[in-house]
Amino acid sequence: MKSHTLSVLVENRAGVLSRVAGMFSRRGFNIESLAVGPCEEPNMSRITIVVNGDDGVVEQVTKQTNKLIDVIKVSDLTERESVERELALIKVAAESGTSRAEILQIAEIFRAQVVDVGSKTLVLQVAGDTGKIDALEKLLRQYGIKELVRTGKIALLRGAKTVKSSK
Amino acid sequence: MKTGARTLIEALQREGVDTIFGYPGGVVLPIYDELYDSSIRHILVRHEQAAAHAADGYARASGRVGVCLATSGPGACNLVTGIATAYMDSIPVVALTGQVPTALLGNDAFQESDITGITMPVTKHNYLVKDANDLDQVIREAFYVARTGRPGPVLVDLPKDVSTSVVKGNRPLPETVSLRGYQPTYEGHVRQIDKAIDLLVGAERPLVYAGGGVVLSEASPELLEFIETAAVPVTTTLMGLGAVPGDHPLNLGMLGMHGTQSANYAVTECDLLIAVGVRFDDRVTGKIETFAPNAAVVHIDIDPAEIGKNKKVDVPIVGDVKAVLRAILRRMKKRGDTANWVARINTWKAQFPLRFRDDERLHPQYVVRQLSDVLQGEGIITSEVGQNQMWTALYYRFTKPRTWITSGGLGTMGYGFPAAIGAHFARPDLPVVDVAGDGSFQMNIQELGTVAHYKIPVKVVILNNMYLGMVRQWQELFYDRRYSYTELPPVDFVKIANAYGVEGIRVEEKGGVREAIETALATDGPFVLDFRVEREENVFPMVPAGAAINEMIGVREE
Ligand SMILES: Cc1ncc(C[n+]2csc(CCOP(=O)(O)OP(=O)(O)O)c2C)c(N)n1
Repeated sequence: MKSHTLSVLVENRAGVLSRVAGMFSRRGFNIESLAVGPCEEPNMSRITIVVNGDDGVVEQVTKQTNKLIDVIKVSDLTERESVERELALIKVAAESGTSRAEILQIAEIFRAQVVDVGSKTLVLQVAGDTGKIDALEKLLRQYGIKELVRTGKIALLRGAKTVKSSK
Repeated sequence: MKTGARTLIEALQREGVDTIFGYPGGVVLPIYDELYDSSIRHILVRHEQAAAHAADGYARASGRVGVCLATSGPGACNLVTGIATAYMDSIPVVALTGQVPTALLGNDAFQESDITGITMPVTKHNYLVKDANDLDQVIREAFYVARTGRPGPVLVDLPKDVSTSVVKGNRPLPETVSLRGYQPTYEGHVRQIDKAIDLLVGAERPLVYAGGGVVLSEASPELLEFIETAAVPVTTTLMGLGAVPGDHPLNLGMLGMHGTQSANYAVTECDLLIAVGVRFDDRVTGKIETFAPNAAVVHIDIDPAEIGKNKKVDVPIVGDVKAVLRAILRRMKKRGDTANWVARINTWKAQFPLRFRDDERLHPQYVVRQLSDVLQGEGIITSEVGQNQMWTALYYRFTKPRTWITSGGLGTMGYGFPAAIGAHFARPDLPVVDVAGDGSFQMNIQELGTVAHYKIPVKVVILNNMYLGMVRQWQELFYDRRYSYTELPPVDFVKIANAYGVEGIRVEEKGGVREAIETALATDGPFVLDFRVEREENVFPMVPAGAAINEMIGVREE
């Protein structure tokens, strides 16, 4: 079992996300994360899906996703050179002066930005691969995380290669 | 000034639609008004589920796309079982549903249901049309998607204002549909084909396992030529019955849970399994680890997602079954030596014929045999689900594709009678007989109204055991004969038929069977035959769920 990152190029039509997500859930495929948004072409969107499973499962996932009429292309980026990023916003308790100072120090090391300062809280914004965000989250737990949101992973192939409609 | 409804009718005509099975309601009134003086024949069913099954039966009998029409909300929801049935068996159907006006969408308006959402898991694709100007294109796509690649049902949801609004100008329709996300592969990969041929030539005990895909791609002639050229025996799935003539010397009949002994033994012993248009359904394979345990597997299918889904495959060939078989025939230069294997199979066939206790009592298998003898393959048989279905599969001799119409994947009770109605409109030249159980027949019995109304000459053969027979069989074998809620009180089906204006006969003795069947077939209109058969008869052979397919029960070892 391991995580696979799939880049799915879809027609930008109503219902396409629910077609993809619905297919995953009814076939018992576990979605670890899913991020969707516009891409380089106006009438297409790119969905990045992280799924967990052995090679056989991921092969089925890929084929079943490809079968959907609104899906233009599916690529497994896992074994290929790719850049992967996730964004997180973390609201952390920062009541005393010492913890506030420590949190700011940690933020600097992780290159996280402070995007909101309250009297009792700080909101940090951090981008990076999943491991980095996990590590930051773990460190901040000791101060008390009030709220946290992650976007799910997005990914692109490195270099000139692209995941494009080949058709 | 052309409305959406008018555009719809013209688009359907352009697709060659001659018959629609449907049921009206508020939001489809504009469509019904246009239908009123169109050349398209509309058959008013008595329940929308029957409209979907009839469209499906039409498609299976003809090879063309079947069409059904229902109103929004309850009407659309009633189609769902029929759509799911078609989906599981890859049948090309276009389901048209009315929808509340676009302005009310999502407001829980009267008779609103999110039918595109509801049917997403049971359609190949679906559309909610929001602009009448898109209708032409959507209908063209819907038919294209339904019938190409791996066929399947497509639903088009039509809000009332889309039907009534005026369409701007005449946008020219492209002759061909091109969807960048949908590009089925028809030709098999040549290298894979050659690999398969090499395996075949080297195999000592090759076996073809053929299914519904052969029927769907009209590949029966190629399959026959292939098995004869290569001298390789063939077994078919429930859905593949008729793809190879039932009495062909190389045909072992059906395999799987209720397969013949020879077929199931052959699968277990073969060293090469050539799977053609099949999907390794669990009712076929039994325990998957012990299915064809010693065989290299070649799998030919148009749907790449089927290959490797349930069973590891050595040579995958993605493509249309007909095209791939043609390529194999073209490229195959020599054949292997299968004489010993064929001899072994013939020994099994002689040793383990299908049999039942044919005494003086009225056994359901006897009824099916008589029907088979009378029709001689010249007719279409539909079935319900349960023992009636399995007895028909085993004891009726199918000789041609598209003459056996049954719900294989979903196993839908109530399917056969409305499917028979559809089949009649596809092939009015052939007699159509629904073999039913008394339980199943009562699931869409209201369609007696439809067959009476239009004088549709469909015959219903009820194998009446006053039980939900197949479930009772499982209770007998696996639940200590505790017949929990599977007994049905006697029903006077002849009186019910008569009440609708349909003729019928009840038969309680073996001696009356043949004459009753002949009478029914000689009668112009619809006919119901109520055969009161042995109540606790079982379907054998049987592989208990979860067992290996050579571990059959209910067989006499020689
Ligand atoms: C709609 C539906 N409900 C329930 C079942 C489960 N089921 C399978 S076979 C069967 C019994 C069928 O009884 P009957 O139609 O009398 O046929 P028989 O087996 O006696 O030939 C049932 C209830 C089903 N297949 N379909």
